[in-house]
Amino acid sequence: MNALYHLHDVTVRYGARTVLSVDDLAIQRGEVLAIVGPSGAGKSTLLRLLNFLQPPTSGVVRFDGVAFSASKAAPLAVRRRVTTVFQRPVLLKRSVEANVAYGLRLRGQRDGIDTVRTTLAEVGLAELANQPARTLSGGEAQRVALARAMVLRPDALLLDEPTANLDPYNVGLIEQIVARLNREQGTTIVLVTHNVHQARRLAQRVLFLLDGRAIEIADVRTFFEAPADARTGAFVRGEMVY
Amino acid sequence: MTLIIGDDSRLAEIVLLSLRVSGIALLISTIIGIPTGALLGLTRFRGRRLSVALVYTGMAFPPVVIGLFVYLLLSRSGVFGSLNIAWMPRLFTPEAMILAQVIIAYPLVAGFTMAAVQAVDPALRMQMQSLGASRWQTTWAILEEARVGVIAAVVAGFGGIISEVGAVMLVGGNIAGQTRVLTTAIVLETNKGNFGMALALGVILLSIAFSTNFIILRLEGRAFDE
Repeated sequence: MNALYHLHDVTVRYGARTVLSVDDLAIQRGEVLAIVGPSGAGKSTLLRLLNFLQPPTSGVVRFDGVAFSASKAAPLAVRRRVTTVFQRPVLLKRSVEANVAYGLRLRGQRDGIDTVRTTLAEVGLAELANQPARTLSGGEAQRVALARAMVLRPDALLLDEPTANLDPYNVGLIEQIVARLNREQGTTIVLVTHNVHQARRLAQRVLFLLDGRAIEIADVRTFFEAPADARTGAFVRGEMVY
Repeated sequence: MTLIIGDDSRLAEIVLLSLRVSGIALLISTIIGIPTGALLGLTRFRGRRLSVALVYTGMAFPPVVIGLFVYLLLSRSGVFGSLNIAWMPRLFTPEAMILAQVIIAYPLVAGFTMAAVQAVDPALRMQMQSLGASRWQTTWAILEEARVGVIAAVVAGFGGIISEVGAVMLVGGNIAGQTRVLTTAIVLETNKGNFGMALALGVILLSIAFSTNFIILRLEGRAFDE
């Protein structure tokens, strides 16, 4: 079996409100899966589950065979194989380089400085290595956030609206880096976006979430050109009212 | 300053005792106060609100009243004095003064640390966890982010005790060569009419407070520049 993640009967509830309810979802090793849907559909909640940051209320998330559920927290070693780039990155009040090296330091790796420098160059920030992170622009900060995730060489990289509020230049740059990461290193990528065009550009498969439910999952061409569900079609065409 | 020359060794004794008592009290307050502040600022538990209320009360508590409590606790007819517990400090010793000053400084350090960690962006915690930080590593990262505020908390604690007179006077007793510190010496010299001496001691106290704060401000400045 080539699934990196397998979700079985997963729900997340806050009190009486069910924000996520996924019966069965497999995320394949090495794929780029985009998750689209209106805000409040449960996209970010799903990403937190996949990063083991929040347990499901019921059901099981399997990652590479290891189960994660309400009663069973993910071991640190498993948690460290996955990381997320958030919509609004919060950087540490340190240099750019120290921010990128942070995850490695958490793992007790102090010899990763070459990796850090190479990665900074990959995101186009080599000259800013010694600058204080708080002086960066939004796009630069997001690229630092991407770099600090990349140095960890995660099995799965989760992206939560990574380019919302960024200018086209930075959007293009980040998309390029993400695509290359998937192509060259085989990193499994789960991309949450409300931007269907971005999903189309980057993903091989697309999942449509609505009100916490998985409405449709299909390869990118089918999803956009011949969706099985009428609601998917409406969302893709921008006709969905929500 | 010339007024106190000739009394050099006694003066040095007073200065050193002041620094020792307040230094040790600050060290203890920092060791227990920073974790307390982090706990109160970052976690939710039963009794948290009550604990916060107690810390705030402690921050505003008059030192002389704390001195009175410690006096009553340690005096021979007091709760601990009568029990004769070996490790409990005795009244009119530097250890008793340290105990009183810890009670004064601890809530200051804990309270300001709590405020500092609460001011750190709440989103930071999840992002650090997502990068693979354990619970301890996450807490440490937040404290490091709040370092300017945490340093300020320690400074506030030091300021609260180095210049404090009521508590050390009560539990120390201002015994020459044993429990006389700068503040109590100033009171004594003023009462004796030795205003020159009192003023000179005051200048020394001021310069200790000033240079400590100066060093700490320099540290903060470095933290700001990063």
